[in-house]
Amino acid sequence: MPLPIENVDTDQIIPARFLKAVERKGFGDNLFRDWRYNADGSPKADFPLNMEKYSGRILVGGKNFGSGSSREHAAWAVYDYGFRVVVSSFFADIFKGNALNNGLLPVVVSPGFLKKIFDAIEKNPEATFTVNLEKQTFIIDQTNETESFEINPYKKHCLQNGLDDIDFLVEMKDEIAAFEAK
Amino acid sequence: MQKTLFDKIWDAHVVKQVEAGPDVLYIDRHLIHEVTSPVAFLGLKTRRLKVFRPDKTTATPDHNVPTVDQHLSIKDELSRHQVEMLKRNCEEHGIIHYGLGTEGHGVVHIIGPEMGLTQPGMTIVCGDSHTSTHGAFGAIAFGIGTSEVEMVLASQCIMQPKPKKMRITVNGQLGKGVTAKDIALYIISKISTSGGTGHFIEYAGAAITNLTMEGRMTLCNLSIESGARGGMIAPDETTFNYMKGRKYVPQGSEWDKALAKWNELKSDEGAVFDTDYTFDAADIEPMITYGTNPGMGIGVTQNIPETKGMEGTDKVTYEKSLSYMGYAPGEKMAGKAIDFVFLGSCTNGRIEDFREFARFVKGKKKAPNVTAWLVPGSKQVENQIRAEGLVEILEAAGFELRQPGCSACLAMNDDKIPTGKYSVSTSNRNFEGRQGPGARTLLASPITAAAAAVTGVITDPRELLAP
Repeated sequence: MPLPIENVDTDQIIPARFLKAVERKGFGDNLFRDWRYNADGSPKADFPLNMEKYSGRILVGGKNFGSGSSREHAAWAVYDYGFRVVVSSFFADIFKGNALNNGLLPVVVSPGFLKKIFDAIEKNPEATFTVNLEKQTFIIDQTNETESFEINPYKKHCLQNGLDDIDFLVEMKDEIAAFEAK
Repeated sequence: MQKTLFDKIWDAHVVKQVEAGPDVLYIDRHLIHEVTSPVAFLGLKTRRLKVFRPDKTTATPDHNVPTVDQHLSIKDELSRHQVEMLKRNCEEHGIIHYGLGTEGHGVVHIIGPEMGLTQPGMTIVCGDSHTSTHGAFGAIAFGIGTSEVEMVLASQCIMQPKPKKMRITVNGQLGKGVTAKDIALYIISKISTSGGTGHFIEYAGAAITNLTMEGRMTLCNLSIESGARGGMIAPDETTFNYMKGRKYVPQGSEWDKALAKWNELKSDEGAVFDTDYTFDAADIEPMITYGTNPGMGIGVTQNIPETKGMEGTDKVTYEKSLSYMGYAPGEKMAGKAIDFVFLGSCTNGRIEDFREFARFVKGKKKAPNVTAWLVPGSKQVENQIRAEGLVEILEAAGFELRQPGCSACLAMNDDKIPTGKYSVSTSNRNFEGRQGPGARTLLASPITAAAAAVTGVITDPRELLAP
């Protein structure tokens, strides 16, 4: 799914008026709400999420994706809609962290490679891509062009094994209490 | 080895370094509000966990609350539910909660410093990106997501890779009518909204140390808009004078002990920063934004930049932004009509902001085409505005005061700017729809907002200031 816009901020990903839920579900319906729908609720025909020719679980965004607020709801909305990978040449820090804490993989590629991805989709909306977390590679299947991406080894381990930081920290309580006593 | 201020505080809070992973960082102060905490409490419940250190967390509802008739029940059902849920969660876990309408209530980043919860050398987090505000006191303060809120509740720690360090030095003296807000918007216009990404900023230089605490908080608040996790300023006499006697600061001999420690909190001579920028205060004018991110700002006397030299997604993004704003490249900002003025938020909702606004509009009249929302950042700010007689000045000029909350900064409550309308706002984000669907936000300082409020058009405030 291509979104060739820069600085896609968290207020576009999920506008503040949809942050009133007290549970972590249903945010996908309002993902990109004001870009996706008119004020009367009808879909905007020219927005990629509403175009039948595009589909898939990889969201491709312009540089500086996820800037703005710390709302984790943004990562929840992208995940809840069905995406499992977001690709951009640059992510805002908090969004990136939130994504990793929710099983959504942020993949940073070079600006040149990002353009190749957008070009591949423009040429063929059904172009496919392979993301290999183990090998840390992003592949444009039709041309076999490949770029490797970085991920913190600890976070990679967590994603691959479905672990989270909270379990890790709760296990450390004695160490934390000892630190406090120092 | 010489250390930066940031290194000193960070290193002192590392409980453990995870091999090839993030640091386990101990958190001294945790602030929570109604929007980003409920799912974290739900997570605790699911995992059958208690809050590890309830005395290190403080709560207040701010994002969702109405700014009129706060003594009545909140009309919006979902907002009311979130606000009540915060209170219930705090009661259940023994967390101090400053509820709506009580003394102590207010925007989380206003009440922290006001009550002395914010102190030099601390690590401070909150599920809100503008937590960077607290860096003004020489603390490491940054916004976190809800999963991390849950981590802090469960363990008083979070896991974070150590960011890089950036120093931004602003030398010289600010001109008349130029404020901390203008410094911030100027810096972001130069380094862009992603220029600080991956970094923590330390601000330095004469123009910074000459700022009041309120000004320093405004500047640090906006650090996140450059992409940085936070910004900080070494504590000094200005900091200590502001803090002394506040509710939660050490008293008596404890104060003297703390002071001795705080005086050590500065970057060592020769400490190395990953990135360094230097600016001259004399180059900074009163700023205003013309686009849909905080980096799209110019001096109020300047014209909207042309698209010459832009290409690809850069150009598409720029044109999309101007089209949303209803502006064209090359147009002059001064003289453009506006509809709303918003004074408030964690960026500019402190007492000094209201004093400056009131001083500016004293003896003038609000323009008839302008709707103005003046929203104090906290109950204490509201009380002080009344005690100092500012309300009378504001009312004589045709303005009224509302009640504290985040209000039109993110328009989660009823304070929404209507579609297509222009709002000169002292808040922090001019993203599309930030102040309501279709709303057009122009970020500026309280003085520039006051100038627009009395003329009804974008105005260089220096034209109206006494010589």
